[in-house]
Amino acid sequence: MQWEMVIGLEIHAQLATASKIFSGASTRYGASPNSQASLVDLGYPGVLPVLNGEAVRMAVKFGLATNCEISHRSVFARKNYFYPDLPKGYQISQYELPVVHGGRVDIVLEDGTTKTVRITRAHLEEDAGKSLHEDFAGMSGIDLNRAGTPLLEIVSEPDLTSAAEAGAYMRKIHALVRYLEICDGNMQEGSFRCDANVSVRRKGEAKLGTRAELKNLNSFRFVEKAIEIEAARQIELIESGGKVVQETRLYDPDRDETRPMRSKEEANDYRYFPDPDLLPIVIDDATVAAIRSTLPELPDQKRERFMADYRLSAYDAGVLTAQRALADYFETVAKRTKAAAKVAANWVQGELTAALHRDTLEIGQSKISAAALAVLLDKIADGTISGKIAKEVFEAVWAGEGTVAEIIDKRGLVQISDSASIDALVDEVIAANSAQVEQFRAGKQQVLGFLVGQVMKASKGKANPQQVNDALRKKLG
Amino acid sequence: MHSRTLTQLAADLAARRVSATELTRHFLARVERFDGELNAFVTVTAEQALAQAAAADKRIAAGGATPLTGIPLVHKDIFCTAGVKTSCGSRMLDNFVAPYDATVVERMQSAGIVMLGKTNMDEFAMGSSNETSFYGPVRNPWNHDLVPGGSSGGSAAAVAARIAVAATGTDTGGSIRQPAALSGITGIKPTYGRVSRYGMIAFASSLDQAGTLTQTAADAACLLEAIAGHDVRDSTSLDEPVPRYSKIIEERWENITIGVPESFFDDGLDADVATATRAALREYEKLGATLKSIELDYIHLSVLAYYVVKHAEASSNLSRFDGIRFGHRAANAAAGDLLTFYMRNRGEGFGAEVKRRILTGTYVLSAGYFDAYYLQAQKVRKLISDDFARAFRDVDLVAGPTAPAPAFAIGAKTDDPIQMYLNDIYTIGANLAGLPAMSLPCGFVRGLPVGLQLIAPPLAEGPLLKAAHHYQRATDWHARVPERYA
Repeated sequence: MQWEMVIGLEIHAQLATASKIFSGASTRYGASPNSQASLVDLGYPGVLPVLNGEAVRMAVKFGLATNCEISHRSVFARKNYFYPDLPKGYQISQYELPVVHGGRVDIVLEDGTTKTVRITRAHLEEDAGKSLHEDFAGMSGIDLNRAGTPLLEIVSEPDLTSAAEAGAYMRKIHALVRYLEICDGNMQEGSFRCDANVSVRRKGEAKLGTRAELKNLNSFRFVEKAIEIEAARQIELIESGGKVVQETRLYDPDRDETRPMRSKEEANDYRYFPDPDLLPIVIDDATVAAIRSTLPELPDQKRERFMADYRLSAYDAGVLTAQRALADYFETVAKRTKAAAKVAANWVQGELTAALHRDTLEIGQSKISAAALAVLLDKIADGTISGKIAKEVFEAVWAGEGTVAEIIDKRGLVQISDSASIDALVDEVIAANSAQVEQFRAGKQQVLGFLVGQVMKASKGKANPQQVNDALRKKLG
Repeated sequence: MHSRTLTQLAADLAARRVSATELTRHFLARVERFDGELNAFVTVTAEQALAQAAAADKRIAAGGATPLTGIPLVHKDIFCTAGVKTSCGSRMLDNFVAPYDATVVERMQSAGIVMLGKTNMDEFAMGSSNETSFYGPVRNPWNHDLVPGGSSGGSAAAVAARIAVAATGTDTGGSIRQPAALSGITGIKPTYGRVSRYGMIAFASSLDQAGTLTQTAADAACLLEAIAGHDVRDSTSLDEPVPRYSKIIEERWENITIGVPESFFDDGLDADVATATRAALREYEKLGATLKSIELDYIHLSVLAYYVVKHAEASSNLSRFDGIRFGHRAANAAAGDLLTFYMRNRGEGFGAEVKRRILTGTYVLSAGYFDAYYLQAQKVRKLISDDFARAFRDVDLVAGPTAPAPAFAIGAKTDDPIQMYLNDIYTIGANLAGLPAMSLPCGFVRGLPVGLQLIAPPLAEGPLLKAAHHYQRATDWHARVPERYA
């Protein structure tokens, strides 16, 4: 039996405003509990929400970047339910009229093809606080620092048909919100998290299966794994004669399984109605145009441009543009260095990425600046050092030992290129390896590599390898 | 001293005929003497009042006073007052000391007002008789067996008995105008959004509006000038300039046209109240106004629409009272699961009328009922707004009775919520349409005061107050005081 998955994602991106969506309290992460909760966030009697315009501008930016329609008029609604970390007893969200709707993004699949994923809507809402059930000896603690933090909930159509596609879509949205600088994308801190609606159906069937909602997936890997596991569970369930029930499930990465979260989900009636404390958000064309003019170059556009301007492959351009900071870094190197752009691309994707990964750093925390890397590549291009030596210099700069020039100088790494010195080294090696010289002369070409290696070793790696090669051939030929 | 109006006392203070401290002591003494029988106060802030009075006297001496500096006033206990209990008439907030001042309180304070205390009210402003208060009913100064009206009943009784010069109130469906009528004083509910709702504990957010209860329209003009105006902390407050109401009311009388909705004079209206109201309208004719019968086609649906909208909003607004961060927490609240915790706190903290309204509001917002109730009610609301807008093409003001009958006996309607709700029948139209409206004393029926209601177009508080002021120049109903308190 052939099955297919139908997946839709709801991504919650925490907007990077300095203050909360309806109060002036700071949104900074990690403060001591309840130190960043104003009277509005605490839901005190008599206080009223006042909309943070920056959150709206950020939502519009997202809408424009994803080809959404921007609603000229959208409305905040109250979603009513009781929970101790929901101070007002309702969450201010958007229900019938979201701020942006009807968009799409393209994702590139593993086989290189492009797929369009439709975005149903993205709406503004406030986050709830946090309940802390440990540490309080049978009681619960409530931290309302997060209450009122602005969220953009991005809802996709159920256009995704595999865990890999879901992962690619989530990465794409992640890249976009970071390009737009509307979300820091920090998944550990919960700034970017996702719920996945997953159902399965027999291939060719038009009717959608019953879906389960997987809550609070906070890494790309978890999204993919949770979807795989959940789809497998549903298929097994149906094939063994069972029925999938609509419910909210939680993915447990330790046991690699999903399990039901709330059994009374169906009983929830949120009694949505327009919030009478807030006026509708009205956005005119001039405002949309003004916001549009602030949009940066987006990943898709940048990828195309990198392919055209720097003659990079689609793959290289895709990797380099996945993060705006990485793309900017590459572009600075490529523009400053005399070396070919492809060389710059290789170094950024190779040495640099490896070093960042090794030290678990973000590109913004790189210990070698783009300008310094450009200088290093210049030194290779003009023959001052070899590529191999350059790696040593790179590590030394990374370790904070000095500038590229200082390290080359201090360690005496300048490549030996004068023919007299090289000839002398070559002569030494020929004299010391008569057996190998005989073999080469007898026609065993591959011995040349050994001899080159010996010369390089004798020069402590500094001899220009091409010149060594040429000199050996000349002397042995 | 206590029978003088705010405007007169302002002149006395300015001319140093009396000091704010003397005035405050005088009124505090009256509170002491009379409030035991009236129950108009939840909290008396004597010490703070005397400190404010001393500050007011300094300010007057220094020359930086406003017309309100040194005037003793009371706030309805729905307005948050920093450091002072703000109960909203409920057991739920009996232990609640607000950490901040409402905008209305803040503005009055910066004008130099002296707060004598916080007044009793129907619980969460839900009532028309002041009988739903956790602190017990307020008694009508005209007859202690009767209600003063509600929900701003404590404020109305305090001004009617002259134990405060003036009072603040809130009006969601008549809660300023109806007690003003039943207590024989002047009450104004401004245009929705004219006065900030910040710090005013929400009942039905789209209908709630703060206003004043005073002896006269001139007093109201003076107070409204101080509290009206845009407030960045309330997104629904109107960003419109505040006219000098106290100047406008003194302008020369111009003949205006007053629309009289004949449907207001139907069988539901007490015949004697009808007669008194007609007489008041004739008084306006004498002043030179033209009366014109008008039809408000949908006004008969107003009670239905009103009770859906306000209960829906109230059910949500009152969700924050869960006993977690503030408010009543039952003794054994934590000895069970979360649902039990909520049920105990809210079950004990709220009174019967509040519960009834939360239940009704929750019902009308529920899946499957929302369209049938809430959406329909909003449509009716629009029709009623359109009704008034149409009427105001031909008339300057609309006038009629404020309440269907004079004050009724305490306990007479507590078992019949529908009868109680009908008290608002003439007043809720202005709330649904967001219009400014007043009640002013216009006669007596069986020894009890009767109110005339005037309704004006949006932001026409100036012309509204002016019409009331000119009426009060020609009549003396507003100057009558129950003998005991004269």
